[in-house]
Amino acid sequence: MTALVDLSLADARTGLNRGDFTSVELTEAHLRAIERRRFLNAFITETPEIAIAQAKASDRRRRAGQVGTMEGLPIAIKDIFCTEGLLTTAASHILDGFRPPYEATVSARLRAAGAVTLGKTNMDEFAMGSSNMTSYYGNVLNPWQRHGAPEIKLVPGGSSGGSAAAVAARLCLAAVGTDTGGSIRQPSSFCGIVGLKPTYGRCSRWGLIAFASSLDQAGPMTRTIRDSALMLGAMSGYDSKDSTSAQVPVPDFEGALTGEIHGLKVGVPCEYRPDGLAPEVIALWDKGISWLKAAGAEPMEISLPHTQYALATYYIIAPAEASSNLARYDGVRYGLRKAGNSSLNEMYMQTRAAGFGQEVQRRVLIGTYVLSAGYYDAYYLKAQKVRTLIIRDFQQAFKTVDVILTPTTPTPAFAMGEQMDDPITMYLNDIFTVPISLAGLPGLSVPAGLSPEGLPLGLQIIGRPFEEQTVLKVGGVLETAACFTQRPSLAVAN
Amino acid sequence: MSHWIEGQTGLWEIVIGLEIHAQIISMAKLFSGAATFFGGAPNTQVALFDAAFPGMLPVVNAKCIEQAVRTGLGLNAHINKYSVFARKNYFYADLPAGYQISQHELPIVGPGLVAIDLSDGTSRTIRIERLHLEQDAGKSLHDRHPTRSFIDLNRAGVALMEIVSQPDMHSSEEAAAYVRKLRSILRYLGSCDGNMQEGSLRCDVNVSVRRPDEDFRTRCEIKNINSVRFVVQAIEYEAHRHVRVYESGGSIEQETRFFDSSSGKTLPMRSKEMVHDYRYFQDPDLVPLMLDETFIEDIRTNLPELPDQKKSRFMNIYGLPAYAAGILVEDRETAEYYETVAKGRDPKIVANWVMTSLFGALHRSGREISDSPISADHLGQLIDLIGDGTISSHIAKSVFESMLETGQEPSAIVTAKGLKQVTDSKVIERAIDEVMRQHADKVALYRGGQVRILGWFIGQVMKATDGKANPEKLSTLIKKKLAGSTLSSV
Repeated sequence: MTALVDLSLADARTGLNRGDFTSVELTEAHLRAIERRRFLNAFITETPEIAIAQAKASDRRRRAGQVGTMEGLPIAIKDIFCTEGLLTTAASHILDGFRPPYEATVSARLRAAGAVTLGKTNMDEFAMGSSNMTSYYGNVLNPWQRHGAPEIKLVPGGSSGGSAAAVAARLCLAAVGTDTGGSIRQPSSFCGIVGLKPTYGRCSRWGLIAFASSLDQAGPMTRTIRDSALMLGAMSGYDSKDSTSAQVPVPDFEGALTGEIHGLKVGVPCEYRPDGLAPEVIALWDKGISWLKAAGAEPMEISLPHTQYALATYYIIAPAEASSNLARYDGVRYGLRKAGNSSLNEMYMQTRAAGFGQEVQRRVLIGTYVLSAGYYDAYYLKAQKVRTLIIRDFQQAFKTVDVILTPTTPTPAFAMGEQMDDPITMYLNDIFTVPISLAGLPGLSVPAGLSPEGLPLGLQIIGRPFEEQTVLKVGGVLETAACFTQRPSLAVAN
Repeated sequence: MSHWIEGQTGLWEIVIGLEIHAQIISMAKLFSGAATFFGGAPNTQVALFDAAFPGMLPVVNAKCIEQAVRTGLGLNAHINKYSVFARKNYFYADLPAGYQISQHELPIVGPGLVAIDLSDGTSRTIRIERLHLEQDAGKSLHDRHPTRSFIDLNRAGVALMEIVSQPDMHSSEEAAAYVRKLRSILRYLGSCDGNMQEGSLRCDVNVSVRRPDEDFRTRCEIKNINSVRFVVQAIEYEAHRHVRVYESGGSIEQETRFFDSSSGKTLPMRSKEMVHDYRYFQDPDLVPLMLDETFIEDIRTNLPELPDQKKSRFMNIYGLPAYAAGILVEDRETAEYYETVAKGRDPKIVANWVMTSLFGALHRSGREISDSPISADHLGQLIDLIGDGTISSHIAKSVFESMLETGQEPSAIVTAKGLKQVTDSKVIERAIDEVMRQHADKVALYRGGQVRILGWFIGQVMKATDGKANPEKLSTLIKKKLAGSTLSSV
């Protein structure tokens, strides 16, 4: 029998339904795994007592015939979701000791569906980063290693690095992440798992600590496409507490996984093949195209002409919103306060200087600058216009094609210390994910192969707004064709 | 109070524009469900959103939107079917999120018009530039501790309408009339209680002066004035300050000032280095506000009769002069009171009673018409008692005073005090005879041609009847008797 921690969500669900094991057994297996892999630093807060209590309650419910869609399944929650009574940090010093008296809609829905929560996963501070190196609680180790180079420590990607590492290393069956410019998809690609950023508005942002409100979106991080569909169903849906949440029905995502993609038109954007793109990435992309073609789809080249402006646009809009969203961390009502007998302004300055890390400070400064009088038109306003053009690119493309296929990232996971000198190099990690975020579209990263160094690489499927079903269906076909069964070397052993 | 200031170097024209912050009447705040009652214990009406807890999101309160649209329609203004909420970013302790949600480039209400009446009988129209929705801030309490400030967030997030006028006013009287008129309209609409003392209505006044036919000069903004009287004082002080500065060769810098009511002066509030860059941008937590025609038309259909309409109706159907009609309609309750009394009675006599006796009494006791000790029904009954001759107008005044004190109905007072008018000719004649008997010398004088002392005789008889004699009967009878025609009856 497969080890409990190696099961997919769907198989664990079957096992629980059949009575092969209990939620308590399943949960304990994961708690042991977390303990054995604590050196990955995937969690900021582990909550074993809560998990066991939830698992017991779940087993009781099951005996009483109450079985939710996530009943008894142990998952992890990114520490950007406010969890009632439980330390919530966004991986920032400035939220020291913050225990929200409320539960985010997404985590509340997962719990209501029966999920067991193992703890809060590590991340880049306020979700700002692509390496998980900006966390106040220390970096996360990618459980994958380069062939023959176990001494080189790789980043798991970011910002949902803790969630990605935890899922890949078998510390949880699945995890919740958030994606602003690639924060689910890029770490999923780096860690060899499935990561879905749903359409903007699909999942409620209520109780989600804001980075950039017009871009932030929660999504599932899992080891299979079916798991992604299962978990998305439990997380999504309209929420009257979030004015930007969409009033669209939640379809049967799992039911969409038919494998039937005959005649489906797959766009391949020429702008995603810049000079100098790693040959292994190009090769994998071509493989993906041929897999879909073999399954009956019709690949065709398309153009998304404003792609080259997406990264610059993103790094104006996201910091602008962040500079305003993060103004509330002032030391007055919660979290860190640094103040002697100082004035109000001194308290603000001391608290924010001590509480925010370097990357957060950089983005607050950039955001403040681009919104300032005299610069607003040249930066923020122009970026908004370009964002509209990027949205139009996709609308135009989706008149012809049903989905778009691209690589998720330009490289596999890099080593800690690499790409750290220049923030721009780091920002380039998001080059293939950011345009999709700006357009608010669903994007799915599917592990599709290994680089020559033995590191996972993902392919990204992009769909029309609220067509996650199509995206997941195509993802399922890729998953089957790629047959990605490799496990990271630091995963908990069978 | 005039349009012009006569300086040492010539005439200066005053230019005034007003920004009025009016707190919307609603059960809940603009973006949260917290209550909005005035006077709650500090920090007892605060939702997590109001305190800017992480992950909390705004959800617009439809009632507040309705109130803003109703107000816009009441100001004869254009309603924008598409408007946008923007963030105004600045740090302050009573602004928990570090930004205020407001409307910047696309407000919910566009240009409108307000008519004001002036004491010289003329009217003017003041242009409204816009009305937008925004959140109120919390309150900083600086007087509770020697070195620390306390923060009360009860008011944080309460819905405000900021109503911005064009710089169309040219005297403190016009500004005062504008504030009163706006307050009157808001109260009629039920969108703001207009209570300036409690801060539900606050004025920011922009003042500048200029030479005749010159372009606008630099203005100063005087923030947060909380009474009409202070608006007048602040404008007078500020305009004269500008003239003094210009005439002594100085220049005015654009700045924000406050009005110190104890000294009657305006003083600088922030230095120039502290000028804020608010970094406005569309709030990404909210979607643009889109209103459909039906929503607006439903509100328009259900608008109450507004002061201007009511005033012309009062002039038309009651025959009141513009001035009296204007005063009676300023306040909705007063107008209703007047109409209740005037129903089936002489409208001018009623207007006279309401505007002189009643207003005077209310003013002396510092009461509003809503808690007048004399109800409209009682005042009507009093006027009827005069009309049917039960009491004289003279006696009515003292009955009115008793009504003020006791709240009793006038007929009860008349009965209890025996104030019923004496109309029985025989009783009056007896009293006249008695006076004439006691003052035979005066009778002789009268008959000798000094008819001027008729009034004195009437007074004596009134005194003798405790003022109850019917004045007309008394006058007819006493003239006859003094003329000597009925001496036989002595």
